[in-house]
Amino acid sequence: MIPTLQLFLVVSVTLFSIGLLAALSRRHAIFILIGIELMLAAASLNFIAFWRFGPQPRPPTGVMIAIFSIAIAAAEAVVGLAMVIAVYRHYRTTNVDQFDRLKG
Amino acid sequence: MNSAAFVVIAILTLAASLAAASLPKLIHAALSFAVAFIGIAAFFFLLGAEFVGLVQVFVYVGAVAVLIVFTILLTRRDVQDTGKLNWGGAIIAIAVFGGLLWAILKTSALSIAAPQIEALTVKRIGGVLMTDYVWPLQCVGLLLTAALIGALILVMEDRNEG
Amino acid sequence: MSSSLDQIFIRIKQLLLAPLAGAPDWVMQIASALINIFALLGVFLTLFAIISVLERKILGRMQNRYGPNRVGPFGLFQPVADGIKMLIKEDIVPARADKVVHFLAPILIAATAILALGVIPYGRNMTPFAIDGGILFFFAVGSTTELAVFMAGWGSNNKFSMLGAMRAIAQMISYELPLIITTFPVVMVVGALSPDAIVAAQNGDSFGVLPHWFVTTPWGAAAFILFFVSGLVESNRTPFDVPEGESEIVAGHMTEYSGFKYATFFMAEYIGMFAISGLAVTLFLGGWHAPIRGLEFIPSYVWFFVKLSILLFIYIWARGTLPRTRIDQIMNFAWKFMLPMAFTCIIAAAVWHYAGRGVAGWFWSLAVLGVVYIALSILLDTRKRFATRTYRFAE
Repeated sequence: MIPTLQLFLVVSVTLFSIGLLAALSRRHAIFILIGIELMLAAASLNFIAFWRFGPQPRPPTGVMIAIFSIAIAAAEAVVGLAMVIAVYRHYRTTNVDQFDRLKG
Repeated sequence: MNSAAFVVIAILTLAASLAAASLPKLIHAALSFAVAFIGIAAFFFLLGAEFVGLVQVFVYVGAVAVLIVFTILLTRRDVQDTGKLNWGGAIIAIAVFGGLLWAILKTSALSIAAPQIEALTVKRIGGVLMTDYVWPLQCVGLLLTAALIGALILVMEDRNEG
Repeated sequence: MSSSLDQIFIRIKQLLLAPLAGAPDWVMQIASALINIFALLGVFLTLFAIISVLERKILGRMQNRYGPNRVGPFGLFQPVADGIKMLIKEDIVPARADKVVHFLAPILIAATAILALGVIPYGRNMTPFAIDGGILFFFAVGSTTELAVFMAGWGSNNKFSMLGAMRAIAQMISYELPLIITTFPVVMVVGALSPDAIVAAQNGDSFGVLPHWFVTTPWGAAAFILFFVSGLVESNRTPFDVPEGESEIVAGHMTEYSGFKYATFFMAEYIGMFAISGLAVTLFLGGWHAPIRGLEFIPSYVWFFVKLSILLFIYIWARGTLPRTRIDQIMNFAWKFMLPMAFTCIIAAAVWHYAGRGVAGWFWSLAVLGVVYIALSILLDTRKRFATRTYRFAE
């Protein structure tokens, strides 16, 4: 099949929903982070696919958004993982179901 | 654009991300996550944005994946996730997938082939970054500095004063 | 005549591709890539074999003894003996090791090392894969090595391996920053990330004798020294071989590997050395250019390999001379000295460029580097200051 824009978008949507599955259905904090990173990457793929298939010539806006999104995702992963380590030191577990001290 | 390459990369990426989302052992999931990102970088190469593909491998596989495995190492109590799947999450994910897929397949304006494009050189990206996108660049620099300092403070161990 | 000798490998490749003249485009591309890959593998695996015995002989001479000299003339068939030994050893995998991860780690390390060799220009028109962001490709692939080292340490299910892997990763990540930042001045001055463009920019010479290589400028010399030291660390060579310190943690992350897998780790380390030396030659030493105009009849790839051999000799020399440094000394050195000096190289390169690229630029950039170096030496002074000694005698 010739890769049309639709096909790229289908792949990106599949990646996004797999990331969503990982983020919503796992109990370990790091798995959730993995899911979030997958969702971000799927969105970048989307942007670049639209840039590539749009009317040419045009400024590389989609590419720039993808570059910045990678940088921001890296920053967010760093802070998220630091929080997981800090929380682990107190609770001795990474199961997000057990972070419920503020409940009720 | 090569359709054989597209199919192969798509299968690799989706299989690796499915493995990353569903494998019980955390280290295997983290390593499949790295493979999935190499697959996505290959997609970027296929789409003509080579610089972004290289940055993706560099940042995600070289930095984020290493961070994730280090964190797994430092939080080693439960390296395995419990086997039961959370059905609520799975249903929401499948619903989102179905909805978006329906929207894409309905829009006929999207079944277009790739137009010819002049190669996007690194020089052009650099030029655009320094002229149109110089403010986002500075903000991202500030953000990364803040994230670095914040992460260091979060994991610094409390020194016993006195 | 000399230019045909220079391009002889290109002619051979065109001869090999001639039977496929009518084939579709993608067949030609794949065939061309395959020929490149086989040529690359052939050259560098042979070089690996030769270097493994030459290193032992050079180290032996430095230590006032002969190296291996039993197998073949002057011991030069030693790699064959080593290879046979490695192949017939029993492949032991620990019972509770993670089988998949344990198996994939050496493959991944070797694969990333060999991938990095693909973007270096070995001669005129002789870059195997000339992509636009070649330097970025090199570093992206090099940063994947850390993940593979972690896999090796983890997959062995062994505390020493894990410790060795963590130390190796900490060391490699710390020195990746100076390694990459010292290439920024070169990229800045040339204006391109492609190694071909960087080599082309080092063309020409002054007065017929001083080549325009970047190592002849002050920022280039400083950046070259920093790049070379970071390369020493990245390939886990003495004096920075804490990850594989034999007297401390057995073989670190390679402890549980025997036979051919250990040989693969060994090969990956040497090929990493070749790749970093190759990149240093490309970035700072003028690639395949001859030093003076009169010697340009010697083919370009010969010049590249001569420069590569000089750098490899310096690697071996450093191994034979210097003792191992402690891990905290290594980290201190990276973060407190090399990183500020690397940033200073960028500023010095900018000063050199904007003061005109002549003698004035040379002196101003040397001044910038000198000031920062002296400031760092004063600030980081780690000499112990002893209190005056008091003697107490029994009365």
